[in-house]
Amino acid sequence: MTSGNLDLAPNLTGADDVYEALVDLTDGLDETASLRAQARLILILINHLNDRETVLQAIRVARRPASDRHG
Amino acid sequence: MINARGFKVFRQFEPSPVPFPDGREHTTVAIVGAGPVGLAMALDLGRRGHPVVVLSRLDFVAQASKAICFSKRTLDIFDRLGIGDAIMAKGLTWEVGKIFWRDASDPVYRYDTRPLKDQKRPGFVNIQQYYIEEFLVEALAELPNVELRWGHKVEAVTPMNDGVDLHVTAASGTYDLRAEWVIACDGSRSTMRRELGLDFDGRVFQDNFLIADIRMKHEMPMERWFWFDPPFNPGQSALMHKQPDDVWRLDFQLGWNVDRDAAILPENVEPYVRAMLGDDVEFEREWYSVYTFQCRRMDRFVHGRTIFAGDAAHLVSPFGARGCNGGFADVDNLGWKLDCVIRGVAGEALLESYNVEATAAAEENHIHSTRSSDFLTPKSTASRALRDAVLELARDHEFARPMVNSGRPSTAIVFDSPLSTPDAEEWTDGVRPGSVVVDAPLGDGWLLESIGEEFTLLSRGWRGKAPVGLRVVEVDDRDRLAIERLGLEEGAAYLVRPDQYVAARWKSACDADVEAALHRALAA
Ligand SMILES: Cc1cc2nc3c(=O)[nH]c(=O)nc-3n(C[C@H](O)[C@H](O)[C@H](O)COP(=O)(O)OP(=O)(O)OC[C@H]3O[C@@H](n4cnc5c(N)ncnc54)[C@H](O)[C@@H]3O)c2cc1C
Repeated sequence: MTSGNLDLAPNLTGADDVYEALVDLTDGLDETASLRAQARLILILINHLNDRETVLQAIRVARRPASDRHG
Repeated sequence: MINARGFKVFRQFEPSPVPFPDGREHTTVAIVGAGPVGLAMALDLGRRGHPVVVLSRLDFVAQASKAICFSKRTLDIFDRLGIGDAIMAKGLTWEVGKIFWRDASDPVYRYDTRPLKDQKRPGFVNIQQYYIEEFLVEALAELPNVELRWGHKVEAVTPMNDGVDLHVTAASGTYDLRAEWVIACDGSRSTMRRELGLDFDGRVFQDNFLIADIRMKHEMPMERWFWFDPPFNPGQSALMHKQPDDVWRLDFQLGWNVDRDAAILPENVEPYVRAMLGDDVEFEREWYSVYTFQCRRMDRFVHGRTIFAGDAAHLVSPFGARGCNGGFADVDNLGWKLDCVIRGVAGEALLESYNVEATAAAEENHIHSTRSSDFLTPKSTASRALRDAVLELARDHEFARPMVNSGRPSTAIVFDSPLSTPDAEEWTDGVRPGSVVVDAPLGDGWLLESIGEEFTLLSRGWRGKAPVGLRVVEVDDRDRLAIERLGLEEGAAYLVRPDQYVAARWKSACDADVEAALHRALAA
C-alpha cells in the first residue's frame, strides 16, 4: 500500500494570496520559461519536504484525474 | 593500417590453421568471440588451469572508437588477472567530472567518481579498448592451455546434454568442435544467440551521437567534461575526454533525423570540432563514427551448456561506461563458478546463480542508462523544462546537483544473491552480503589484493577452525582503515567469494556457521 504522510486536509491560510503569488511566478514568461519556473518551484519544495515517500505519494495523487480522486 | 576489408587495424594476426580438417575435436571450454570479454574470460579460466579454445571470426584487433573508460572495479578484476599494472602504466587516471551548461565557462557541478580515498585503484582509467585487448592477448600467450584461433568463425551450433557442438569455418577449411562448455562472447550481433533462436529484447533510443576521436596537443585537466546545450552544439549535449597518445574523444549529440553516412564525412565533422575548440585548432582525424543507443538484453544468460556474457547477453548505452565494464563483471562472476563446476567442487546449480546475479546487474545498468538517456534527451516540453530547471538550480543549490545525470559512472553492482547468507546479527556499518569488499590499505599492500582467486575468510582474531581448504587472512589491529570499513570488531569474520563479493559475515561465528555459509555460497 501507499506509504508516506501526505496531508490532503485543507490547512492553508491566505489561499488567495498564495494563488496570486503562484500566478505571478510565471507572469510575463512564455510557455517554456513558465514550465521551467514551476519546475524550479516543485524541486525547491520537494527538497524542503525531505520525505521521499510523501513526495512519491503526492505524485501519484497529482497524476490521477480529478474525476477518480474519490474513487 | 587499413586491411583488405576496409577496417583500420591495430594489430594483425596470422590466420590460425584448422586443427583437424573435416574432423572432430574435443575441448573443455570453447569461447566464441575474442573481444575484450571473450579474451578476459579465457584469461580467467586459463589461469585456473582449464583447457580453453577461443574462436575469433576476425584475424585482427580493430583500431576503432569503442570503450575508453575502465572503472575501478574493472581494474580490481584486472589486478586479479595479472594485467592491472600494464593498464595503469599506459592509461590515464581520472576521478573528477564536470558538467557545463549553455555558454557559462565555469561548471554547474563537479563530481568525484571515487569519493572514498585510500584504495589501490582510482575511479577510472582512460585507455583505448584495443590496448586492453592487446594486453589480454599477450597474457594469454603465456598460458599453454589456452589456444587462440584467429579467423575461425562459428557457423552452426548443436546443443547436447553434456556439451555443445560448434561448426567452425576458417580460411583453410571447416571442422566440428565439441566443447563441454561454451561461453558465448560474440558481441551484440551474436551468432550463438541467433543459432539457438534466443531473445534479445529492449529499447532503442531515438538519438544519434557523433564520435570524433582526434589527435591533438591540448592542455586540460584529466577530467570528464560534459556539456548540456552548449553554444557549439545548441539544444544537444557534448562530451570531451582524453585518451593516451594525445587522442581525444569528442562526442556530439546529433538528434534523430540525420543522415548517418554523411555525418561522419570529415567535411561535416570538422565544423563541430572547430566550433568546440576554436577555428585555429590543429588536429588529425583518428576515427569518426555515429552510434545509436540501445538497451537490450537476453531474458536468461544460461542456456544449458551455453552461457552468454558481455554484449552478446546485454547491450547498454555508453553513458556511464557500463558496456565493457559490465562484461568484465560477467567474467568475474562466471569464472570461479564454472571452475568449481568443472572441478566437481560444486554442481551445475551454482551456474544458475550467475544467471540470477548477472541478469540483475544488467537490469540495474539498463535502469541507469535509461534514466541518463531521459535526462540527456527529454521526451516532451515538460520534461525538458524539468531538466533545465534542475540545471538552473544546480549552479547555486547543492540539493539539485544529484539529479543532474550525464551518465552514472559504473561501479560494482550490489545484488540479492541466493549465495549470500543473511546477517544474523545487527550490523550498522561494514559491507553487506551481496556487495563487493571495499578496498583499504592492509599491511604493506591492499585488502583486495589479499583475497586472491579462492574463497577467503577475512578475520580479526576469529578463534574457530576454518573448513579444509579455506584461506584465512588476518586483519591486524594496525590496519585501521580496513577494520573501520569492514566494521570488523575483535572476533568478527567475513566469508569472501573468489570474486571479492561478501558471502557472509559474523561478529562471532562458530565453525558450523562458516561451513554452512560456504556450502550455501557454492549452491550446495
Ligand atoms: C562508441 C562506443 C563507446 C564505448 N565506450 C565504452 C566505455 O567507455 N566503457 C565501457 O565499459 N564500454 C564502452 N563501450 C562498450 C564496449 O565497447 C562493448 O561493451 C565491448 O566491446 C563488448 O565487448 P564484447 O567482447 O562483449 O563484444 P565485442 O567487442 O563485440 O566482441 C565480440 C567478438 O566476437 C566476434 N564474433 C562475432 N561472431 C562470431 C562468430 N560467429 N564466431 C567467432 N567470433 C565471432 C567478433 O568478431 C568480435 O571480435 C563503448 C561502445 C561504443 C560503440
